[in-house]
Amino acid sequence: MTPHRSFNPLPWLFLIALFALIGLGLAWLLANIQQRRDEAAVQPTRFVEVSDTETDPAVWGKNWPSQYASFMKTKETGVRTPYAGNEPFDKLAANPLRKKFWAGYAFELEYNEDRGHYYSLIDQKEIKRVKERKQPGTCANCHSSDVPRLIKEIGWAKMNQTPYNDLAKNELHQGVSCGDCHDNKDMSLKITRPAFVNAMAKRGFDVKNATHQQMRTFVCAQCHVEYYFEKDSKELIFPWSESKNIEDGITIDQIAAYYRKDGHTDWNHAVTGGPLIKMQHPDYETYSTGIHAKNGVACADCHMPYKREGAQKVSDHWVRSPLQNLNSACQTCHKVPEADLRERVVTIQNRTRDMQASAEAALSDAIDSIKAAKDAGATPEQLKKAYDLHREAQLRWDFVDAESSMGFHSPQEATRALGHSADMARQAQLEATTLLTSLKK
Amino acid sequence: MNANPFVLVAVALAALVAGLGLFTFNHAQGWSYLSHDPAACVNCHIMRPQFQAWQHSTHKNVATCQDCHMPHDFVGKWYTKARDGWNHSKAFTLGNFHEPIHITPADERIALNNCVACHRPLLTQTHLSVKEMQQPNAPTCTSCHGNVGHRDQGQ
Repeated sequence: MTPHRSFNPLPWLFLIALFALIGLGLAWLLANIQQRRDEAAVQPTRFVEVSDTETDPAVWGKNWPSQYASFMKTKETGVRTPYAGNEPFDKLAANPLRKKFWAGYAFELEYNEDRGHYYSLIDQKEIKRVKERKQPGTCANCHSSDVPRLIKEIGWAKMNQTPYNDLAKNELHQGVSCGDCHDNKDMSLKITRPAFVNAMAKRGFDVKNATHQQMRTFVCAQCHVEYYFEKDSKELIFPWSESKNIEDGITIDQIAAYYRKDGHTDWNHAVTGGPLIKMQHPDYETYSTGIHAKNGVACADCHMPYKREGAQKVSDHWVRSPLQNLNSACQTCHKVPEADLRERVVTIQNRTRDMQASAEAALSDAIDSIKAAKDAGATPEQLKKAYDLHREAQLRWDFVDAESSMGFHSPQEATRALGHSADMARQAQLEATTLLTSLKK
Repeated sequence: MNANPFVLVAVALAALVAGLGLFTFNHAQGWSYLSHDPAACVNCHIMRPQFQAWQHSTHKNVATCQDCHMPHDFVGKWYTKARDGWNHSKAFTLGNFHEPIHITPADERIALNNCVACHRPLLTQTHLSVKEMQQPNAPTCTSCHGNVGHRDQGQ
């Protein structure tokens, strides 16, 4: 029998466990390194063939899961930035003067803050402006990804002329989707809406010649623009033909000049009887005169900034306010703390809002004065000058109000428009008051 | 000496771990970090935009990543390499870092000192104070010349 040797296995067991743990850690690290490398090397895999008219983002999402996942985040609500947000709050209640300015127009019925891209068709189908007023199919142009198919099937002119509710009931199923901006063959950016192509052609620019960076703005500008419906044909038109130089952007003065020449009127004010224009979210126009546009920054740079998933770089399809995403949206270029960046943005917005309130007070007074003159018996001919001034003043105010950034897209242009608006509204008031005095004599 | 089974297992495990470690180091192109080659910096995918931008920059023909981002003395260089190497691999493995990536104050100081290291004749001719550059909020070389090395945009 061998003599019993005192042997303590504990240190050895500890050593074995230690090496095993290090080995485990190393294996994990190795796997992690390999995973990052694989991610970087991944080439897009096609699991399904996407057809030319596919509108369901989930189908595109099978090939492009990351973009699809972020796009579906536009379904989220519950955020309110200082002046907007993704909650459908009542904008008429938020500023009751809007109702006064739009008396007699569909916008006095209901006007809510819009939610994310996911709701582009849902929000529209629910709004009283469409449910209670007769609207042409033209409205569908920007709210549904079924539009390219409809253009193919029944033609653009016919689509615009079909009553909206008929179209909505039978043909409109899906809101904004992948195919509105992307080619189904190679995912390159693509213009699918004729109104934008036509409007750019009138500025002397063939959109086929656009660079990739320009396209990262142009696909957005298919919809986020001021527009109107041609009186008889109901054709969708962007009033840009007075703005020939692409680099200089589109100013409110050029848009106003277009409407003066064209003579288009959206409606007659219910109280004053004057012919007016309603501005519609001129985001691209405002942006086009701003410092970011001058520096070649596209809509997508701030609203869809690149993000990293593992080692892959993808653009974020959760299109939203940069205020919700200052880190990726601004800090790529501005190496300033987030709090400072927010402060800069909100300061610009507060100043714009301050100036806007002055314009609103003047517009409100102008409407009261024109009404007083009208009630005293002034004819439309006598009121012509006051009408014209009111119209010019209000479309300038609305240019800033309807735009989505409270001046941030182009701070100096926004305040310039509002300064002119206040001045013209006061002139309209003066004109109407003088007229009233002369009538009373 | 008796061959204790525990010793054998421990030694075998140690050898295995050493082998695995060596393999991982090699697989991760660990040797390249000991070199002066800018390609080593793009082992890490997140540096790609900076690398690409540098290739089109004015400094491409005169300075590599290390010329600007590592101290020029032996100890400083290897200490910084080790420190940054550890920090970077920790950050990229765990994935918890600020994006877009920002230079740390310590590394920024190194880069600024390296501007001076090469451009000293210019600085002395123009009587610019090198000391003042280090004051808080003072304008640095890169305040105005931030694009010479690489246009630092995530594009």
